[in-house]
Amino acid sequence: MMRPLPHLVLMIASAIALVPTLFMLVTALKSQKEYQADKTGLPDAPVLDHFRQILFDTPVFLWMANSLILVAGSVVLSLAVSCLAAYAIARMEFRGRDALFTLSTALMAVPPVVLIVPLFVLYAQIGLISTYSGVILIYAGLVTPFSVYLLVTFFRTLPQDLFDAAVMDGASHLQILIRVVLPLSLAPLLTLVIVNALFVWNDLLMAVIFLQDDAKKTVMAGIAVFQGRYNNQIPLTMAGMAVAAAPMLILYLVFQRHFVRGLMAGAVK
Amino acid sequence: MRRNSPLLPYLFVLPLAGLLSFVFGLSLVRLVEFSFKQVRGVDGPWIGLRNYELVLGQPLFWEAVRHNIQLFLVIPVMVVIALALALLLYERLPGWRIHRTILFLPYVLAIPIIAVVMKQMFQFSGPVNAVLSALSLDFLVLDWIGSADVALWTVMALILWRETALGVILFLSRLMALDETLIEAARLDGARWRHRAWYILIPQMRGVIEFFVVISAITMLSAVFAYVYVIGGGRGGPGTATMVIELYIFNALIRTSLPGVAAAVSVMLFLVSLILIRALFALRRREEE
Repeated sequence: MMRPLPHLVLMIASAIALVPTLFMLVTALKSQKEYQADKTGLPDAPVLDHFRQILFDTPVFLWMANSLILVAGSVVLSLAVSCLAAYAIARMEFRGRDALFTLSTALMAVPPVVLIVPLFVLYAQIGLISTYSGVILIYAGLVTPFSVYLLVTFFRTLPQDLFDAAVMDGASHLQILIRVVLPLSLAPLLTLVIVNALFVWNDLLMAVIFLQDDAKKTVMAGIAVFQGRYNNQIPLTMAGMAVAAAPMLILYLVFQRHFVRGLMAGAVK
Repeated sequence: MRRNSPLLPYLFVLPLAGLLSFVFGLSLVRLVEFSFKQVRGVDGPWIGLRNYELVLGQPLFWEAVRHNIQLFLVIPVMVVIALALALLLYERLPGWRIHRTILFLPYVLAIPIIAVVMKQMFQFSGPVNAVLSALSLDFLVLDWIGSADVALWTVMALILWRETALGVILFLSRLMALDETLIEAARLDGARWRHRAWYILIPQMRGVIEFFVVISAITMLSAVFAYVYVIGGGRGGPGTATMVIELYIFNALIRTSLPGVAAAVSVMLFLVSLILIRALFALRRREEE
């Protein structure tokens, strides 16, 4: 059965979804002169000069390094904290356990923007503005409630026999967590790494408030400034955006399934 | 035995308790405290409700509130488009996987990046207007970014473009989880696509649609900073055309150094978002049952 209309609707929707990315890539390959003459067509003779300029004459690598430091620091810190706590909440009996879990879960929904005032005043007081450790602590705190929630839910589904057997072997709780539970939890751990890394990599709000030092700028804060500075050099700006978007685009195309699952999990937290 | 020490569980949750009290606990307490103080630097005298009076008496604050409310108009449009696209993808027409990959792309790109790209596309002398005039749609050639009457609508289009992708994927994954026998039976009975969608599929998606509406409402209220920061040139411009509550808090804290005023707005925003958060948790509980 031929059904032209559904195909047409999907084609149009896909075209709309794709156009900004295509515009970014095509424009990045045009010379300044060519862009001014023709804003929509393909480049006659693609130039790579803008990419060279972005990579060698702007601090884009420094920004990426800063973003990576923040991502690595906060993802590792929050995973360590969450695994320990989720194990205790899912598998141990203690007073206040349910209250702690409910409270931690409720914090998932606090909008980050309401925390900036007290944290900014505190950080100004104790000298943590424009430090990696200060911002890592904030990001780790923001992503941890969801991590705890996901891991507790998962740890509770693991069969009790597993734990009984390990206890019989004389394993301590920490050993059970590291040798038995974590190797079985690679799927939720991977989801968390993706969700949390994306949150930190993509964030602009915390980055512009807490990292005011130029040497500490993240990619997202960097490009927000960048577009102001090179306002009229649109092909150059687009090359910058393409470079900034490249890591995520490549990861998406390579790890599509995990990536989609991770993004969805992050959005519904 | 060390393994059964009653203190052990507390050692396991101690780092969590510490981290959350630092980032959330202490912050929320001090936020409320600051909202009643005239903070200069790191502290200041108690001034009762003066911060709140100041904010509520300021036209700019109400303009920001109005702008956030206007953003809510995006939600129904987003639901309809996302639902239609998810239902079309679910038909598994040839090539649907490629469409799925492309349709989710907007959500993969970071907001600041896509905002910079769109800002250039929608410049007065940019490609969007070039295409519009080439199609003889000159009445649509607007100053999308630079005109105070249009800029917020451009922001809304950008939000619609990106956040719809999340709806498509959420709805599609719900559809994929449905029991196929009923749908297959309807298909064999010769029920038209429209009827299958309306009478069989959509009623089973009520939960996920409500869920998407609530998380979108939370987004419109408290997670549009990156969009307006880029489109509005960091100041909610042109003029105050794209000023939203988050940017108002940001300005009060960073630009005018009035943490007390910023705290008062944050407290009000938090109270309003509590209502949405309660709705979210009620929905989540119902889904889990």
